[in-house]
Amino acid sequence: MEAEADAASAGAADAVLAVEDIHKHFGRIEVLRGISLTAHTGDVIAILGSSGSGKSTFLRCLNFLETPTAGRIHLHGEEIRTRADRAGALRPTSHRQLTRLRARVGMVFQQFNLWPHMTVLANLVEAPRRVRGMPRAEAVEKAEALLEKVGLADRRHYYPAHLSGGQQQRAAIARTLAMDPELILFDEPTSALDPELVGEVLTVMESLAAEGRTMLIVTHEMAFARDVSTRTLFLHDGRVEEEGPPDDLFSNPRSERLRKFLSRLLT
Amino acid sequence: MPDLSGFEGQLALGLWMTVRLALSSLVIGLVLGLAGAAAMSAPVAPLRWIAHAYTTIIRGIPELLVVLLIYFGASVALMKLAAPFGYTGYIELSPFIAGSVALGLTFGGYASEVFRGAFQAVPPGQAEAAVALGMSRTHIFFRITLPQAWRLALPGLGNLFLVLMKDTALVSVIGLEELMRKTQFAVGATKEPFTFYLAAALIYLGLTIVSMGLLAWMEKRANRGLGRATAS
Repeated sequence: MEAEADAASAGAADAVLAVEDIHKHFGRIEVLRGISLTAHTGDVIAILGSSGSGKSTFLRCLNFLETPTAGRIHLHGEEIRTRADRAGALRPTSHRQLTRLRARVGMVFQQFNLWPHMTVLANLVEAPRRVRGMPRAEAVEKAEALLEKVGLADRRHYYPAHLSGGQQQRAAIARTLAMDPELILFDEPTSALDPELVGEVLTVMESLAAEGRTMLIVTHEMAFARDVSTRTLFLHDGRVEEEGPPDDLFSNPRSERLRKFLSRLLT
Repeated sequence: MPDLSGFEGQLALGLWMTVRLALSSLVIGLVLGLAGAAAMSAPVAPLRWIAHAYTTIIRGIPELLVVLLIYFGASVALMKLAAPFGYTGYIELSPFIAGSVALGLTFGGYASEVFRGAFQAVPPGQAEAAVALGMSRTHIFFRITLPQAWRLALPGLGNLFLVLMKDTALVSVIGLEELMRKTQFAVGATKEPFTFYLAAALIYLGLTIVSMGLLAWMEKRANRGLGRATAS
């Protein structure tokens, strides 16, 4: 069965992420109507769309924070094993496999979701220790290096509540990096920030892109999407309306919807 | 210092028993409270029914009756269980165990509601962040969700504990020699009810004040990092 699945995605075998025909229903409402996507190492894919277009739901389906109703997801050629339940929705077959794959995919949330009862350093050390069984000294050393990288070395013993939104989001990015993810999903990482704090987070993300990390970014930051992404997707009504290099999409939008979307945002 | 006619030692023994009873009831109650809260939000309907029946029954019966029902009911049940093995004598459950179970059941019934509310108040994003990092369900519960729910539950649980401590006096009716029963002995022997009841009242008050201090300390500890930024 796995061989079959592998054969089906032969073209995407060298891809970090291969998504085939993802559908998602909430009750009767179909939020995702068949989205496919392939990401190779170093790809920075910006996902645009107005609210309700399904872009956040799509991202959350990729690590099964939302369970897609149908579709397949491969990470480095390994398919997330699922079966259909009685209601016809997908269920992960092996919780163990899912947990293992999740550990390889990072996620950065709009609301940061740092754990408020732990210091910044403890937030970074937690998953490498509990999930990877990394010795404490090693995890701390790594966490400190990452905090240095996102400019928070002097805040490592602070609790999240004592940091600004921008600092919290940078800490959350560092927490994700602590697991050495092969792919990082960003779910509107700057949407909850005060405008003057957006820049510091985008700068960190830009440096990650420059390192060649593979990233999927749901965002409303058009300038960032245009300048940093290697490919841009425009989602509308649960479908990929338009897709291509950012320059093409932003300069020559083919569809009326994207044109309207851009004119509303860029004026 | 009033003259306790040499009963100081007896009252001290009673106090020690009261403290032990309160603590063992607390442990049982916390476990039952967590289990109750988990069952109330379980996906399996019969578990939810059991949990709701439990909290309804506990909250609908006077504590004194719970103590009596457990003490005498457990004896009957144990004798019924022992009969097939040929044992027909009278089996008595230790008043300490019966009292701990009864007060623990009571505490747990109320604590289930407190825990349920606290777990619901932890934002789902907290567990999601852990899920996305590949943490196991057990780790997420003990490292992420429980510590945050604990902080929210602590004031409510503290209140329940203060009530529990005074309910320990009810266990005197089944013969446990805790503070209340020791006081009654002293009253019987000296015929000075006011002196000894007042002494007992002051001891309970003292216990409450110490507990409140401990609870305040625990709340402060649990709220570390959540208050305003301090100049550190």
